[in-house]
Order: sequence, then C-alpha cells, then structure tokens
Amino acid sequence: MSRRPFAAKIVTANCLRSGEAVWLTADDRWSPDMADAELIEDEAVADDRLLFALAQGDRVVGAYLADARPGRDGPEPVHFREAFRTRGPSNHVHGKQERRV
Amino acid sequence: MYTYTDFDESVVRARVAQFRGQVARRLDGSLTEDEFKPLRLMNGLYLQLHAYMLRVAVPYGTLSARQMRALAAIARRWDKGYGHFTTRQNIQFNWPRLEDVPDMLDALADVGMHAIQTSGNTIRNVTADPFAGAAADEIADPRPVAELLRQWSTDHPEFQFLPRKFKIAITGSPHDRAVTRAHDIGLRMVRRDGAAGFEVLVGGGLGRTPMLGRVLRDVLPEADLLPYVEAIVGVYNLLGRRDNKYKARIKIAVHEHGIAEISRLVEERFAALRSAWGGADRAHLARIAAQFAPPPWRNGPTLAHDAALADPAYRAWAETNLSPHRRADHAIVTVSLKAPGATPGDATADQMDALADIADAWSHGELRITPRQNVVLPHVHKGDLSAVHAALTAAGLAADNAGLVSDIVACPGMDYCALATARSIPVAQEIATRFAALRLEHEIGPLEIKISGCINACAHHHVGHIGILGLDRAGTESYQITLGGDATETATLGARTGPGFAADEIVPAVERIVRAYLALRQGPDETFLAAYRRLGPAPFKAALYEEAQSDAA
Ligand code: HEM
Ligand code: SF4
Repeated sequence: MSRRPFAAKIVTANCLRSGEAVWLTADDRWSPDMADAELIEDEAVADDRLLFALAQGDRVVGAYLADARPGRDGPEPVHFREAFRTRGPSNHVHGKQERRV
Repeated sequence: MYTYTDFDESVVRARVAQFRGQVARRLDGSLTEDEFKPLRLMNGLYLQLHAYMLRVAVPYGTLSARQMRALAAIARRWDKGYGHFTTRQNIQFNWPRLEDVPDMLDALADVGMHAIQTSGNTIRNVTADPFAGAAADEIADPRPVAELLRQWSTDHPEFQFLPRKFKIAITGSPHDRAVTRAHDIGLRMVRRDGAAGFEVLVGGGLGRTPMLGRVLRDVLPEADLLPYVEAIVGVYNLLGRRDNKYKARIKIAVHEHGIAEISRLVEERFAALRSAWGGADRAHLARIAAQFAPPPWRNGPTLAHDAALADPAYRAWAETNLSPHRRADHAIVTVSLKAPGATPGDATADQMDALADIADAWSHGELRITPRQNVVLPHVHKGDLSAVHAALTAAGLAADNAGLVSDIVACPGMDYCALATARSIPVAQEIATRFAALRLEHEIGPLEIKISGCINACAHHHVGHIGILGLDRAGTESYQITLGGDATETATLGARTGPGFAADEIVPAVERIVRAYLALRQGPDETFLAAYRRLGPAPFKAALYEEAQSDAA
C-alpha cells in the first residue's frame, strides 16, 4: 500500500501567558498571526519542528502540527477548527478579530 | 443562606496562595506544563481554543447578590465584561490571563467562592433544584444536604483520584428540575409512610454512552445519606475502570457488573461504614440547616400584579417566566438569559449588577443559576413583580421565553472549547432568532432544545425534547438530531432521527419538526413531548427527510 502524500503543515500552540493561539515562524518566533507561520512541506522537517516547539514549554502550551495550505499572504488553515483559531469566537467580536476591526 | 466558616475561608485562602506560587513557578520556567496542568485543573483553570478559561463553582446554584456583584467585578476587571453560566450551575470566564488568575481567585474568596473541584477526577460541584427552598411542590429544601455533601467531598482525601469525574445532583421536589437521572448519583427526596428520605439513583450520565440512572434504594432514610453516598463512591473507586477513560464512569460499572451486584457491594460497605459513622454529621447538618432558614416573608397586597396583567408584554412574561412559590402570595421568577440572538447563558457585568440590585430589592438578596443556563429570583412577593419586570426590562433581561423554543441550552462548542467537533452557539442563536421572527413561540408552548458541540454532551442534548449534536463530518460541521428526550422525573433518552444536517440546513430542519408538531397536535394543551410520545418518530422523520427531498427536487 502506498502512503498518502504528506499534506503541508504548520506548527501551532497557545501562548503560555495569554492562552492566545500562536504559530511557529521559520526564524523560531511565535507569531499571533498564522500568515507568519512556516509552511512545512516535508514530513521529517515537520517532526523536527514539532520537537523544537515542544521544547518551548516556557513560552507556549500544547504544540501540535495542523494541516495548512499556501495562501496569498502566507499559510492558511485547512480545517474549520484551525480557521476559528485565526479569528476568535463567532458570537462576540473577541480574540484576534477584535484587533482587526 | 449558607456563609463560609472561618475554617472554609482559611482553606480557600491557603489554596489560592498555593496556586499563586505555582503560577509564578510556571511563568519563571521552574514548572513544566506537564507538572502544572494538573495543578491548574484542580483550580478550575482550563486552556481552550483562544484563551484560558476559569470555571467557578456556584454550589447547588445558589448565589447571594453580593457574590453576583463580585462576579460582575471580576468579569470587568480581568475578563471581557461578561461571564457564561453553564448547565452545571457554574460560571465560566473565557478570557483570563494566566498571571491574573490568582487575583481572580482571591477576589472570589472575598465572597466565599472558589474554583476547587470544578475539574479533575473528583466529586464535582453538587447541583440542585434551582427552585430549592422556594418551590410550591417541594417536600423540603435539599440544599442543607447539598452543602453537607459539598463539605464532605471537598478535599476528601480518599476521593481526589477517582477513576473519573463524579457528579451528584439533588432535588427536594417530585418534579425534577435537577436532571437527577443524568448524574453519577441522583438524590430525590421522597416521603413515604410519613418519613422523609431519598430515592437514590446511580449510574446516570450522558456523553459518549448515554445512560439514565437506576434506582439503588427506593427510600434511604435521610440520616443514612452521607455514609451511603460514601459507600457508593468507595465501591466505585475500587470498581471503576482506570484502563480506559471512556469506560471509567460509574455508569459503565453499573452496566458491566449489574445493578444487583453494585447494590450488594454498596450495602455491604454501607453496613460497615454506618456503624463507624456515629452520627457526627447529624448535628452538623442541623447547624447547616439553620443557615438555610427561609427569609422573613413579606406580607402585603398583590394587586399590582393583577393590574399589570392588563399589559400584554407583562402578561406574556408572567405566563412563561413565573413558577408557583411555596407561599401563594410569592412567585419564583426565571430570568431568561436567552433573548433571541443572544448567547445562551451569557450575562454581561452590567446585567449581573442589575440582577444583584433586583435581588437585593425584591428577592431577599438571593439568586440561583439553573441547569438550563438561566437565573432565578427565588422569592419575589407578587406585589413586587411588576417592579421586577420593569427593572429586568431596563437591563435587557425580560425575555418572555422560559421553557419555550428559544430558551435553548447550548455548550460553548467550537467557539471556545478545545474538545469541540462543531460550533453550538451560532446554531442556538439562529434557531432562536428564526422562531422569534415567526412569532410562534407562545403558540408552540413548552419545548426544550439542547445543543452540544461534541459527544461529551455538556449541553445534555440526549435529554432535550429536540437534541442537537455537532459533529465534524469530513471537515465540515454537521448536526445530528435526537427527538423525544426528557430531562425531568419522566427522563428519557432521545432517539436519533437519521443522517445529520449541514450548518445551513439545521435551522430549517428544526423548523420542519416544529411545524409537523403544530399540524399534528391534538390541541394547544398537547405539548411537543406529549405529541411525540403519542405519535412516535415516524411523522417527524417524514417531515425531516421527505420534505427535505421534495424541497431539493
Ligand atoms: C473547557 C470546557 C469543557 C471541557 C473540556 C469539558 C469536558 C467534558 C468532558 C470530557 C465530559 C465527558 C465526561 C465523561 O463522559 O466522562 C463532559 C461532560 C459534561 N460537561 Fe463538560 N466540558 C467543558 C465545558 C462544559 C460546559 C461549559 C458545561 C455547561 C454548559 C459543561 C457541562 C457538562 C455536563 C453537564 C457534562 C455531563 C454530561 C454527561 O452527563 O455525561 N461542560 N465535559
Ligand atoms: S459538549 Fe463538547 S464541545 Fe461542548 S463544552 Fe462539552 S466538551 Fe466542549
């Protein structure tokens, strides 16, 4: 059986202090904006970047890999859950979307 | 109302100080998340999708006006100016920063509140009939027993690491407003042959394997309650499965071992415990009960209420939001937190302050949180009702829909919850807005819709007349419907109708169910649930699926 092709990933987590969703950038920062994230096309690199993220426990919590695809301004979410994490809740203009209006 | 003793206060303060140190050590890097997570959960602090969430216990749903004002102040200072009341009679703050949480807990301790045992595999906040101490149909106020259970279970050394969370609900009324059959232990006061006691139910729980509680004892004398409950939890502690968290609740133990075997083990343990107990809890219960003495009732004319009924807005509200009080000249007021389009269970800080002021002025300073995510003013003199209605209207809290189709229970779902598979709040908002626009609510009559954002069933969707479960089907939100559930003394689990509906199909689907009911009911007195029981699922399934097909054709 052939393995499914690797779907591109980003590394994401929540900020330790604020709990806000953050993404790992190519230069090892954590950005509150998914567009800044490093889009990872290779499985071995993804595993490596996740290990790096998991070792950043003094800054972020619960790092994991999520599917992403390239977009106009940078990586974009594939799954609706990850899309919500880039905005905030739908019942109040709170979270990230609050700063955009 | 019960107020904390110095002992309670010092325990809570010590816990806050301890947690303050733990947060500091987490922030300076000396504690890892693996070390810190169990500590924060023990203090009610979760990490959700967009932020931390602090869950605060409202024991048996009773709040003083002073406590409500403290919640408002916390919402303003450390959150975004609102709080979310839950089906477990708790309040959740959705936006705290980690470093602020110890200050929030101190502010709670100032008014005798805390977040202890709102998480983890412990005995959780004991929930109770929100009309306790006020209901006309009540045998006796169950809250002294609830408070005794709270004290007994808080920091109980043997029960800090149970196989899974453990939830106890209690009611003093034959009419069950506390969903006792969906709890690990349900306690229902009964009076048989003149003596008061409790019917003890065990093994209820919804979630992935929904089950209704089974009767373990028909009538347990009240004096035996604490050793008996200790025997149940002790048996569960040994028997409950620790190998699989999906099979760890007591309902699975009851299912796997059978009620007869559970009963044998509990009775055996109870016999041993009872003789060792010595009745110290009895004197203590009497002291607690004294603190739940009824308020000094006000006497006076009720004419203002009768006169106000001429106003259609007041009348519509009075018909749905008032319930019979133990005193004929009083009423229980349900304040709906479900204005159509609002988030079920959310209250702004200003609304909390208004509720506190109204409670101080007209309800002896007392408030309740209900398992249906509303607030109750338990003791309002009928002569004051029109003033209460005017004050609620001014605060945007006079929605006249308690128990109606727009009084929807919804968990936070994927707008907040990290475990969610779909959103629930927008579905609730859209259904409520749709039915408000149709202006059919009062004609439809009592109808409970409950919406959970995943299989954990925090909104109790299995016992909603119409239950909705949000799922992730191949990367899109999909909603499964159950019908015929019942959360009361005639508890029933709803039955699934069939395939789920997409987010943009769920509101019309619910509307088709309701229209089918209106067309088929024998008259306005036949409620949705009664009609469903008479007709069975077939006509509703036809409305759901056949009409949908003909629409598409
Ligand atoms: C961080 C948010 C939450 C998390 C992580 C969470 C998690 C869970 C889980 C895992 C269960 C299933 C337990 C089991 O069956 O063993 C559960 C059950 C439950 N939760 Fe939540 N929950 C959350 C929020 C809420 C809220 C906001 C409410 C009230 C609206 C609530 C009320 C309940 C109730 C009533 C049950 C019992 C359902 C049953 O009978 O099995 N939860 N929760
Ligand atoms: S039912 Fe699921 S989505 Fe809703 S609050 Fe509970 S765990 Fe979260």
